[in-house]
Amino acid sequence: MPGTRPASKPLTRGEMAARAARDIPEGWYVNLGIGMPTLIANYVPFDREVIFHSENGILGMGPQPEPDKINRWLVNAGKQHVTLRPGGCYFHHADSFAMIRGGHLDLCVLGAFQVAENGDIANWATTSESAPAVGGAMDLCVGAKNLWVVMEHTTKAGESKLVRRCSYPLTALGCVTRIYTNLAVLEVTPEGFVVTEMIPGLSFQELQSRTDAPLKLAC
Amino acid sequence: MIDKFVRSAAEAVDGVKDGATVLVGGFGAVGQPLTLIDALIEQGAKDLTIVANNAGVGRVGLARLLDLGRVRKVICSFPRSSDPVVFEELYKAGRIELEIVPQGTLAERLRAAGAGIPAFFTPTAYGTQLADGKEVREIGGRSCVLETALQGDVALVECWKADRWGNLTFRDSGRNFNPVMATAATLTVAQSQHVAELGALDPETVVTPGVYVDRVVHVPYGDP
Repeated sequence: MPGTRPASKPLTRGEMAARAARDIPEGWYVNLGIGMPTLIANYVPFDREVIFHSENGILGMGPQPEPDKINRWLVNAGKQHVTLRPGGCYFHHADSFAMIRGGHLDLCVLGAFQVAENGDIANWATTSESAPAVGGAMDLCVGAKNLWVVMEHTTKAGESKLVRRCSYPLTALGCVTRIYTNLAVLEVTPEGFVVTEMIPGLSFQELQSRTDAPLKLAC
Repeated sequence: MIDKFVRSAAEAVDGVKDGATVLVGGFGAVGQPLTLIDALIEQGAKDLTIVANNAGVGRVGLARLLDLGRVRKVICSFPRSSDPVVFEELYKAGRIELEIVPQGTLAERLRAAGAGIPAFFTPTAYGTQLADGKEVREIGGRSCVLETALQGDVALVECWKADRWGNLTFRDSGRNFNPVMATAATLTVAQSQHVAELGALDPETVVTPGVYVDRVVHVPYGDP
């Protein structure tokens, strides 16, 4: 993009995960969706006690094991081998989703295809897929006290993923509270998207030009 | 004397009828009753409805049952697991029905069936394609969707230890759908890694009480 200022550098996936991780307080019970959200756990220091939940029946999920210490009975929702922290525990699927649907989780972080300015999220199906697969996303969206999304600001083709209205099939209505993209951090408010943070070197006008929905700058 | 142990996997799945709804435990590769699935393949029942979180991996186990044309319909939350080749082929060819259910709604529909609750309202899926055609009601200020109980004719589950009364314990994340499915079928069949003497299981650790279990077969494999 032409201009006198140096070009801004979008965050990498790891940097986006690290940015979201910074905002998770100690003591929260947190479910991380498969894909980029899973990386967030790598950036929460072990001594900040955040308790990770996995849909398949784990509270207190720890990091991936060393290759020679794999417990093949212990996987996360993405079917990757994980560990259990001291204090962690197991339960069955109905209890696991009672935690989710009963509003006991402080936070869920998901990826998304689109988020609309009213907080609608589309993250489970596109029109191109042969068979749709929803997993636990719809339950997590309506059940978690806070729903954050971590995603690229635009598609590979440059289309905005922050939209006025979702065009892909919806996962849930009006539930996203915050979005971390590779360009900015945004709150979803009754007045629409409010930008609270931008990467260095990016102007508000440039961010708006890459975003379908109208943006406001936080005071 | 009550003894729910049967001598073989074939005996464990004896009597499964054509057209049956079969609940299959497991999440990914963990907690799947693989020996019972293979026994069902041998047993021959067809026109089955399979309820499971995933729709099979590769060409073995559940995927093989699909591949053999024995399954009319799959009810699951996530048919696209790591290698869903068989399901994808059948789905694209229009040779299998798919009912996608949110994972929590799937668990709760099974729980409801086991608990004698015919239906329940939930906010999950409200306003989405998965609520199309379902009754919607506003309860406590939230829009909710009516979901019905999901009862199985047969449940195939895997556990870690079992005694002859059918009390079951599980290991790590191998619990997943197994305990809730065990409650939700007319005939519940468990394959167990270990056999425990009656009284040897700590009552505090029994996850599935024997009242839910009809048959158990000892299938030792893998870890001690």
